[in-house]
Amino acid sequence: MKIALLSDIHANRQAFDACLAHARAHGAQHIALLGDLVGYGGDPRYVVQQAMAIAAEGGTVLCGNHDALAVLPPAALGKAGATVATHGARWTHSQLSAEERDFLTHLPLTAVVNHTMLVHASADAPERWRYVDNEVVAGQCLDAALRHPGVRHVFCGHVHRQMLYYRGTGHGLMRFAPVPGVPVPVPPRRAWVATIGSVGQPRDGDTRAMYALLDTAHWQLRFERVPYHHAEAAAAVRATGELPESFAHRLETGR
Amino acid sequence: MKLLEPGTEVDGFTVLECIHSGGMAHIYRVEYAMGPPNPGFPLAMKIPRMTAGDGAETIVSFEVENQILPSLTGPHVPRFVAAGDIDRLPYLVMEYVHGRTLDHWLEQPEKPDTETIARLGAAMGRAVHSLHQQNVCHLDLKPGNVLFTSEDHAYLLDFGLSCHAHYPDLLAEELRKAVGSPVWIAPEQVVGVRGDPRSDIFAIGVMLYELATGELPFGSPTTKGGLRQRLWMTPAPPRQYRPDMPEWLQETILRCLEPEAARRHPSAAHLAFDLTHPGQVQITARGQRTRGPGLRTHFKRWIKAAGMYYQPSPLPTRQIEEVPIVMVAVPHADVSDVTLYSLRQAVGRSLGIRPGARLACVTVISPSASSSTDDERSETSLHRQHSTRLRQWAEGLDLSGHSVSYHVLESGDVAQALVRYAEGNQVSMMILGAATHGLQTQRFIATVPMRVARDAPCTVILVKQALPFAQLAAEYTE
Repeated sequence: MKIALLSDIHANRQAFDACLAHARAHGAQHIALLGDLVGYGGDPRYVVQQAMAIAAEGGTVLCGNHDALAVLPPAALGKAGATVATHGARWTHSQLSAEERDFLTHLPLTAVVNHTMLVHASADAPERWRYVDNEVVAGQCLDAALRHPGVRHVFCGHVHRQMLYYRGTGHGLMRFAPVPGVPVPVPPRRAWVATIGSVGQPRDGDTRAMYALLDTAHWQLRFERVPYHHAEAAAAVRATGELPESFAHRLETGR
Repeated sequence: MKLLEPGTEVDGFTVLECIHSGGMAHIYRVEYAMGPPNPGFPLAMKIPRMTAGDGAETIVSFEVENQILPSLTGPHVPRFVAAGDIDRLPYLVMEYVHGRTLDHWLEQPEKPDTETIARLGAAMGRAVHSLHQQNVCHLDLKPGNVLFTSEDHAYLLDFGLSCHAHYPDLLAEELRKAVGSPVWIAPEQVVGVRGDPRSDIFAIGVMLYELATGELPFGSPTTKGGLRQRLWMTPAPPRQYRPDMPEWLQETILRCLEPEAARRHPSAAHLAFDLTHPGQVQITARGQRTRGPGLRTHFKRWIKAAGMYYQPSPLPTRQIEEVPIVMVAVPHADVSDVTLYSLRQAVGRSLGIRPGARLACVTVISPSASSSTDDERSETSLHRQHSTRLRQWAEGLDLSGHSVSYHVLESGDVAQALVRYAEGNQVSMMILGAATHGLQTQRFIATVPMRVARDAPCTVILVKQALPFAQLAAEYTE
């Protein structure tokens, strides 16, 4: 089965559509959204509605920290302090219908699909939103995932970066920076952790959206970079009149 | 794993005979049990010797080969056919290539002559370059892993310790251990670097050294200290064992064996170039020596080597792209100064942004131009005249940091001669005049620049005449 792994969409309609179209054109049979559907971007309703449709068709949708923030009542957000993120979350909250907020509220933190574990942050404590951004955390994330019978792969979002962690001949994990579009063999005789990058808010200086395509029949993982109309996505952020200019600007620079 | 009997069936293949029984694997000739799908070439099956007593390393290196071999293409690696499940029935089926490994030449009672050594070395250089162009470093080149179908064509075998920059390196580990065969391993591999194409150049150097002298340049170390010796030591010059060896060959072999990768040939294509153009090798003290460097030099290098540590390498393709072989076709007939000037400008610009690039200046003359009776027009004097003209042309270039060579080719078909030269020497970029080597008016005939641009295996830059002279002249007449 080919599983499309998308995370950190961040209410970016244009990037989301581009990645979904790319994945379907490449034969994706299962869509998995690894959380952070909303936050930062200008189209939270569109993205949540698409996610609801994907869930209704049997796809997987997980909860991310921004989704959890956006469903909190505005009063509770006020207590959390007036940061840029909470300001954005208040705006997102105001945009979503009760039904859409209810959908986000009931999203699970982890899922196991075809013997692979999916999680927004780290599998060892999903609710703590830890960043899997080094070999040590990746190792803890992997150890937790391997307790599930039959699981050999963990896929995470949250860090907005594409990276593959694996065990070499030594004890600890090694990191490997993948080349977009090149299928990497990830046979289950080893254990693997991958952070699949962000669909809607790349931060590595490349404006293209990121996602990954896993082929479980051949155990090959392809990290993808998909060009999309980022100027339009930035315009959508500005059109809200509420969200800070920096959210729009970073889509144009990929930073 | 015990040896399989002929006639045994393995996963749809029938075993014909065992052709190699090594420490790590058995290799059998096989064929499809059901006949077709016949790939049209003979097949070999490699089965690792994985019994309870074998270490994990056999399995990992088999896993590495499983990962890398299917991705490789080109005329220097056996074609991949099929692989078995590594946990259940590990095997690899690939093209069976008939030939002799380098061991054949090493086992001869007589050491090969200079020409044979150079041909074998150039064949290895071309094969290794083709691998590097695919982002793979072999990292375990040794006589048993290089198979020759002729003295000019080599196949590379056994990718169990190789490193593919597009895949996670399963042999890497945090502690950066040396992975390789002690006799041929490069100094940077000793400190754990995996992925420098110049490590393969070092291994070729060790093989050429043994071919030429019958000796191993660094012996066969069994300790860590012994392995580290190559981080600072220059081996005894081959001419000490074999005084008849030409200086250019010693220069080339010892350059491969430089402890610092940056002092070796920058790419295997450069090495092949030197081995096929002996007259163009710049000979330094390295080529002339008949005794090794003194104690003092070695002591200084030993101190320096003590501080050598692991550093990651960039992508192999990026490393070799930065040191291309640039070729310029310099016309000799119907050519204006403006054209020659423009060509020089284009070459200067191209070399300027690529330190370490090598420049090959080529001119093609007609075979009928020489005469066996007229001294002035005899073949050698004609070549000398053209070669001198090429040197004069290149004098206006800043060539510091670049190797340069001059070549006079004889052919009735200029385009074909240029394309063949580019193919044969792994040229990365060819520069030629857009309106040279043919008349501009021949718009509907395939002119030389058009044919070259179409057929060349590399980037072709067609240079138009630079403006200054023509423009100035036009302005003055107005």
